[in-house]
Amino acid sequence: MQKKLLLGLLRSRRGIIGVTIIAFLLVLSAVAPLIIPIESYFRWNDPDYWINNPKTVAPFWTNFFGPKEFEHLSLDKNDAKVSSESSEGTRVDNYTFQVDMQADSFPDDIMFLYSVKYGDIPPVLQIDINRPDNNTFTIYYSSLPPTNNINTSFSDRIFSTNENIKESLKQYESLFNYSISGLEPQVVIFSDTNKPNVLKGMYQISERFYLFDNYSSVEDAGLILGGKVFGIMGTDDLRRDLAVGIIWGTPIALFIGLTVSIFSIAIGLIYGVIAGYRGKRTDETMMRVNDIFYALPTLPLLILLSITFGRSIFLIIGFILIFSWMGTAKVIRSIALQIRNYQYVEAAKLMGQSDLMVIFKHIVPQLLPLTFASIAIAVPAAILAEAALSFIGLGDPSLPTWGQILHDANTADAASRGIWWWIIPPGLMIALTGLAFFLIGNTLDAIANPLRNKNK
Amino acid sequence: MGLGRTLLFRSFNMFLVLFATLFITVILLGSTFDELQKEAIRNQVIEEVTQGTLKFENSDERSSYINDQIQFRYKISGLDQDSFTPSKLFHRIISVMTLDLGKSHYFTTDYGSSNVRDIIFEKVPKTLLLFTTATICVTVIGIFLGSYVASKEGSWWDKTNSTFAIFSNSFPTWWVAMLMIIIFAFTLHIFPARATPLSSPSDPTYFIDLLYHMTLPLITLVIVSFGAWAYIVRYFLINILNEDFIHAKRTMGISRRKILYSHALRNAGPPIATAVGLALAASFGGAIITEAVFDWPGMGKLYYDAIGVFDVPIIIGLTFVSTVLFLITIFITDISYTLLDPRVKGS
Repeated sequence: MQKKLLLGLLRSRRGIIGVTIIAFLLVLSAVAPLIIPIESYFRWNDPDYWINNPKTVAPFWTNFFGPKEFEHLSLDKNDAKVSSESSEGTRVDNYTFQVDMQADSFPDDIMFLYSVKYGDIPPVLQIDINRPDNNTFTIYYSSLPPTNNINTSFSDRIFSTNENIKESLKQYESLFNYSISGLEPQVVIFSDTNKPNVLKGMYQISERFYLFDNYSSVEDAGLILGGKVFGIMGTDDLRRDLAVGIIWGTPIALFIGLTVSIFSIAIGLIYGVIAGYRGKRTDETMMRVNDIFYALPTLPLLILLSITFGRSIFLIIGFILIFSWMGTAKVIRSIALQIRNYQYVEAAKLMGQSDLMVIFKHIVPQLLPLTFASIAIAVPAAILAEAALSFIGLGDPSLPTWGQILHDANTADAASRGIWWWIIPPGLMIALTGLAFFLIGNTLDAIANPLRNKNK
Repeated sequence: MGLGRTLLFRSFNMFLVLFATLFITVILLGSTFDELQKEAIRNQVIEEVTQGTLKFENSDERSSYINDQIQFRYKISGLDQDSFTPSKLFHRIISVMTLDLGKSHYFTTDYGSSNVRDIIFEKVPKTLLLFTTATICVTVIGIFLGSYVASKEGSWWDKTNSTFAIFSNSFPTWWVAMLMIIIFAFTLHIFPARATPLSSPSDPTYFIDLLYHMTLPLITLVIVSFGAWAYIVRYFLINILNEDFIHAKRTMGISRRKILYSHALRNAGPPIATAVGLALAASFGGAIITEAVFDWPGMGKLYYDAIGVFDVPIIIGLTFVSTVLFLITIFITDISYTLLDPRVKGS
């Protein structure tokens, strides 16, 4: 029977589509820890972790359909060309970053990152920009603040709004054919001298550190050019990379969906078999209880439970379980009622086998194929229930789930602000996962469900 | 089972479920609710003493008077007992059933009343308006589309409809709602993104304004569910079209159209009616999120906001009212099935 199920699944087109989607989701879940840093999972809600990303920008591929916006660029020490020279006791460490400017718009801002260890004499930092038109702008020249502690390094970031930078740029005013007063520094730096447009080409941006003693050293240097497009899925208001959230959401959704459905079907199976097999009073009472559970308003009670008991993922799975076993119990019971009267079951009973034996050896195996179908069919409802709870704001706050991304989007009014990249992907993932399990479940059910075959 | 017995049996079941829900609600939120009531009484007493004309010798006398008063009122309202004694639970269940839940801390009606009962009763009609209208639209479209595709079983229309039904079933309604806001409110500017009318409720044009704001939520609810509806209707119809009595009618020379729309559809009536009822009942539950996304001023939105600020009286009251609505809908559905189905009546 199991083999027949598998074959039937792979022979139907819907089944194959479902299996393909789930295989893709499983692969995505498996490689997630390999392609993105695991820290992004634990620090999803920590704004510090995402500080280097741009705020609420569209995916990079939107550039294919409109003007080419500047794509967010984040460079660190490893991207820099490092050189060092020394004369008369002064050492100059030079970190040069290459930026190939091809966009039609200017960066939103520029950030220079550094981390230096030094003693009594603070080093001096100079920032030069060598432009494609061979002009070199020295936009920053200043010593770092004095320190008493030579063992800790001093880290800071210089923003393009820095007064020092604004002042330095004024000396290049004469190079431009038009007035640059009032323009933002990041605009002036990347502007053509003849017309107020982007000057395309290769820029060399260098951070030069003048170090005056031997134990001073540059620990880190970096450059961030704030863009209007970022990554394959853009970012949200908290600068989080949405692609990372979508990927981490996959294993969580599969875990919730499968756990809830496996347990709820198991509960429903046992409950239904006992009711159907015992019949009479037991059946009557158990079905009454089933009816009561059936009629309970699910979402309000789920909300009350998570308000009262907490919002950890395991609690939520337990709560959803309470409200999801009744349907299976009903179906299984009606089939068990039939199987009970089969001759081989009666024979087993006459031979003196215990009820437990009969149930687990003769009835449950008959029901297994249908159980597999029910498990697959139950997954979408479980995923939707968790997404709904998260969307209301009662999800596990420590996890990046799809429902939670949508909750954040709704709280930030993303829909009326037109931030489609924050809304479409998580919802599509929920729908896609639900669809896949539904297709598989439906195909299996068509093969295994005796009630359904009878109707045909 | 006779009609009378069915009715009796169903009513009994309904009350059982109602009490189960009430019991769970009261157990879960009872102690929090007690704390809030105690605080309200304490504040009231202190206010009365501050405003009142009673004179005290010293501050000790004043505070002992206040404490006595507080203890006295706790006793009257039964707050001195433990939250879970049977009499307390009974008392609490009665007060929930009569919606005697005191005042909300955060919400008021359009006319400024902060009584929980007034607030809830103001919101109920709006939820009923939106979801009943949506269910009616969906049912009408579903029956027509469903019978059409049933008469063309296996055609392109039939297959497209089945595929659409499967897809639309997998989408969370509230997510489609967000997409609709992007399309119709943000991009096309046809409908407002927020469905709460801006005009005052006493305005004569308020109702028209309300209907205009209702359009986008309504369209969304219809789009999300009409495909699945047509599919259900088609399923019932095709089952009936394969029955012997339909084949008999066909051999008698009755036209296909007539068979489909009068004979088959009439026989599919009871299960369709049941499905309509259950869908309506389920949509009240889903209303919490859909209304919150659209900002539709009904019970669901109130529920969502009440959870945000943890307004316990409102949460308890709404859970009760939505359970009652849910059960009444299911009850009516059951009864109408019994009335509609000739086979049930006969036996």
